[in-house]
Amino acid sequence: MKLDAKIPSGPLETKWSHYKEHCKLVNPANKRKFSVIVVGTGLAGASAAASLGELGYNVTCFCYQDSARRAHSIAAQGGINAAKNYPSDGDSVYRLFYDTIKGGDFRAREANVYRLAEVSNCIIDQCVAQGVPFAREYGGLLTNRSFGGAQVSRTFYARGQTGQQLLLGAYQALSRQVAAGKVKIFSRTEMLDLVVVKGEAKGIVVRDMVTGKISSYAADAVVLATGGYGNTFFLSTNARGCNCMAAWRSYKRGAGFANPCYTQIHPTCIPVSGDHQSKLTLMSESLRNDGRVWVPKNKGDKRPPAQIPEEDRDYYLETRYPSFGNLAPRDVTSRAAKLVCDAGRGVGPTGLGVYLDFSEAIGRLGRKAIEERYGNLFEMYERITGEDAYEAPMRIFPAVHYTMGGLWVDYNLMSTIPGLFVLGEANFSDHGANRLGASALMQGLSDGYFVLPYTIANYFGSSKKFVPSTDSEEFKEAEKTASDRIKKLLSINGSRTPTSFHRELGKLLWDNCGMARSEESLKTALKKIAVIRDEFWKNLKVVGAENELNQTLELANRISDYMEFAELLCKDALERRESCGGHFRVEYQTEDNEAKRDDENFAHVAVWEYTGEGKEPVRNVEPLKYEVVTMSQRSYK
Amino acid sequence: MSKDMNLTLKVWRQKDQASNGKMETYQAKKVSPDMSFLEMLDVVNEDLIQKGQDPIAFDSDCREGICGTCSMVVNGVPHGPQRGTTVCQLHMRHFKDGDTIAIEPWRARPFPVLKDLITNRSALDRIIQAGGYISVSTGNAPAANALPISKKASDEAMDAAACIGCGACVAACKNASAMLFVSAKVGHLGLLPQGQPERDKRVWKMISQMDKEGFGNCTNTYACESVCPKRVSASFIARLNRDYAVAVAKGECDR
Ligand SMILES: Cc1cc2nc3c(=O)[nH]c(=O)nc-3n(C[C@H](O)[C@H](O)[C@H](O)COP(=O)(O)OP(=O)(O)OC[C@H]3O[C@@H](n4cnc5c(N)ncnc54)[C@H](O)[C@@H]3O)c2cc1C
Ligand code: SF4
Ligand code: FES
Repeated sequence: MKLDAKIPSGPLETKWSHYKEHCKLVNPANKRKFSVIVVGTGLAGASAAASLGELGYNVTCFCYQDSARRAHSIAAQGGINAAKNYPSDGDSVYRLFYDTIKGGDFRAREANVYRLAEVSNCIIDQCVAQGVPFAREYGGLLTNRSFGGAQVSRTFYARGQTGQQLLLGAYQALSRQVAAGKVKIFSRTEMLDLVVVKGEAKGIVVRDMVTGKISSYAADAVVLATGGYGNTFFLSTNARGCNCMAAWRSYKRGAGFANPCYTQIHPTCIPVSGDHQSKLTLMSESLRNDGRVWVPKNKGDKRPPAQIPEEDRDYYLETRYPSFGNLAPRDVTSRAAKLVCDAGRGVGPTGLGVYLDFSEAIGRLGRKAIEERYGNLFEMYERITGEDAYEAPMRIFPAVHYTMGGLWVDYNLMSTIPGLFVLGEANFSDHGANRLGASALMQGLSDGYFVLPYTIANYFGSSKKFVPSTDSEEFKEAEKTASDRIKKLLSINGSRTPTSFHRELGKLLWDNCGMARSEESLKTALKKIAVIRDEFWKNLKVVGAENELNQTLELANRISDYMEFAELLCKDALERRESCGGHFRVEYQTEDNEAKRDDENFAHVAVWEYTGEGKEPVRNVEPLKYEVVTMSQRSYK
Repeated sequence: MSKDMNLTLKVWRQKDQASNGKMETYQAKKVSPDMSFLEMLDVVNEDLIQKGQDPIAFDSDCREGICGTCSMVVNGVPHGPQRGTTVCQLHMRHFKDGDTIAIEPWRARPFPVLKDLITNRSALDRIIQAGGYISVSTGNAPAANALPISKKASDEAMDAAACIGCGACVAACKNASAMLFVSAKVGHLGLLPQGQPERDKRVWKMISQMDKEGFGNCTNTYACESVCPKRVSASFIARLNRDYAVAVAKGECDR
């Protein structure tokens, strides 16, 4: 596998403008001759599809939900970063770039991250023009809040519903293109496979989730914006439908998969309440602006929080990380919570929880101010737990949240398959080994609004145009593969439900490849995954038929991918013999339990190449060169 | 901690859009009060699959009350008994041991049932496509702070923009009116300076599409507001009516 990141030459600050000035263009009259398939209508997909439609391309867009507006991006709560420096607290494009590189523990590409920081400001302009009601000061100007891993306030937000408002902005722009006849949306339609013709991505196979009909679409290029793979772990903060099918099946068609072991465990989620649990709920990181994290100093202290006096409380983030305090980055904060819980100082019925306490902030600012900032989050907490967080501290615990790994892309956001572009959480590009809060929304919109429209034109301008017929051999083969898999799932007729397998796999991953990983745990996981997968294909029970709305079948099909993907995730974690960001190998840590990188041997992207069913995948590397930033041991102390 | 409950469920079962449906009875045993309503259904479904029966089909995705996917009528009320709450955020602690719970899909002509509790709500998308946006192409935006917007207007716009497009308002209305949904979008964009140039055209086009889709008229019963999980206020409907009257007066319909 050839990995050429195609990073433009020249100084970091001018790479992107130089690219834009020199890339190939498609003239306005010719754009309508090009067709693009966009899979996904989250921030990345909707912004890309809308922008391409505006430019004149013919776009076909797919999502599994019943409406494009419901993509998982809708659930993002806290905010979106930009380097506007409105609060005049010293922010700049360079600082946002640097914080993101450092937050990612020096495992992201400089050029991509710099571009991201550079276009961040245009995103805010665009969204405001669309009518996104960001929070404002009384003077009418936009206001900001702080997020983890930064010492400036650069996060724009719309109450606790930032993702919703940004997505509705993009969805509305998309709807305008539907009305203009430039975009067609197929909702309740799931991509089952990628079709590669003469080495280029030229189409997809889909299943109509209402009728069960399998069919194909062909185009000049395919864009995947299908989100992350956090649901491999069964319990995560992702929406129930999030899955890795599009990325995984593209991998099996030749797209390199980068850094699958980089998974983010978010420190502030509502703890698990029982076996029935179907998902975990995030309490936005923004809460750490005003909430203080603590546990009892003494092991086994079961007193209600109000009865634990100050001197018996351990505000462990404030003491361990005095300069960032409660706003330490996510990986660091999650691990700190694990350490105190492992020491027997966790709170709540299971002992797997820490307090997030607002009493000091309520005393200082008044309840009303806290209500205004986080009212909807407090309400959500109460609905789920039945507890009032204005009166007693919240209980929180880390949960799987985001995946930094994803399909490998070059500077053009193109995968190792020419013509296959990957945007948003589905690609691996900008967050290294750990993503900072409020940067995923920024990346999704940057990719879709401001990067892809240029790079796709460059691709069209520099390759030979052809769109194959969906009757061609490649399409028929892909359709048959997809349909055979479905028939196989239906024919096993064993005795276990798809969910029971997913739960088992997820727990195995959480225990062995979660917040802490070791050679031993990973080898155990790899052994057991093979056993679970084997049983899955022998003992699965899927009811109903192929040609109907069949949710059990949809689920089983997605879980069948996790059974394969989980293996790659653990292999990648095993091979990366260092700790960095969200990937914590217990063998590699500093004396005070922080992640210890090995820059000499692992300052690279690991890119996995599929070699066939049952064969060992190949691990390729793209070395990371830091020309501007000096790599250092991350410190938030 | 309160004890587990046993419940009787009466659930609408319908094979597909073309078939007739009927209510069927199921027992939900050992339901924990900490479960969400949908988790309770998950458990019932696991049991049905084990027995080789078709599980109850229902829509959900985020399960956090924000995507607007979940949609069912619980004991006659869209999203169930807890005010300002989607059914995915409704928890079983609001029910008692021995309760019988009726569960049905949204019932409204523009939302045909696809299977069991799942309906087709694409009519709402078509209303947005008719005009629920501000026409600004990517890259054409002025600097964000070039235009100050009063906090009050911005907050009010956000109140309306909070609509999740679930369609509960339609399901609750005896006329199947979509006025609360439409008013939320018209209110959101109409309260902002950026939304002014297209204000008349927008309201005219969205209302026309709403009528075309077969949604009924608003007769001010406020059932919509009381079931809206985002508490979108019916005062936006009054605003919508004013905007519509202005658009008609300005001859928007003739353009
Ligand atoms: C609870 C929560 C809160 C968050 N809060 C923040 C925040 O405050 N700030 C921040 O920056 N980030 C936040 N994030 C992360 C951020 O929301 C996501 O990373 C981001 O929205 C992903 O956007 P996306 O466009 O890449 O994909 P998604 O929004 O996940 O969209 C994926 C799309 O792909 C479609 N799709 C997937 N597979 C298929 C298939 N096989 N066939 C057809 N369609 C398919 C789906 O239908 C969907 O339309 C949060 C995440 C969670 C879970
Ligand atoms: S107005 Fe309320 S009830 Fe109606 S669609 Fe919007 S959120 Fe749902
Ligand atoms: S499932 Fe998303 S709002 Fe209920």
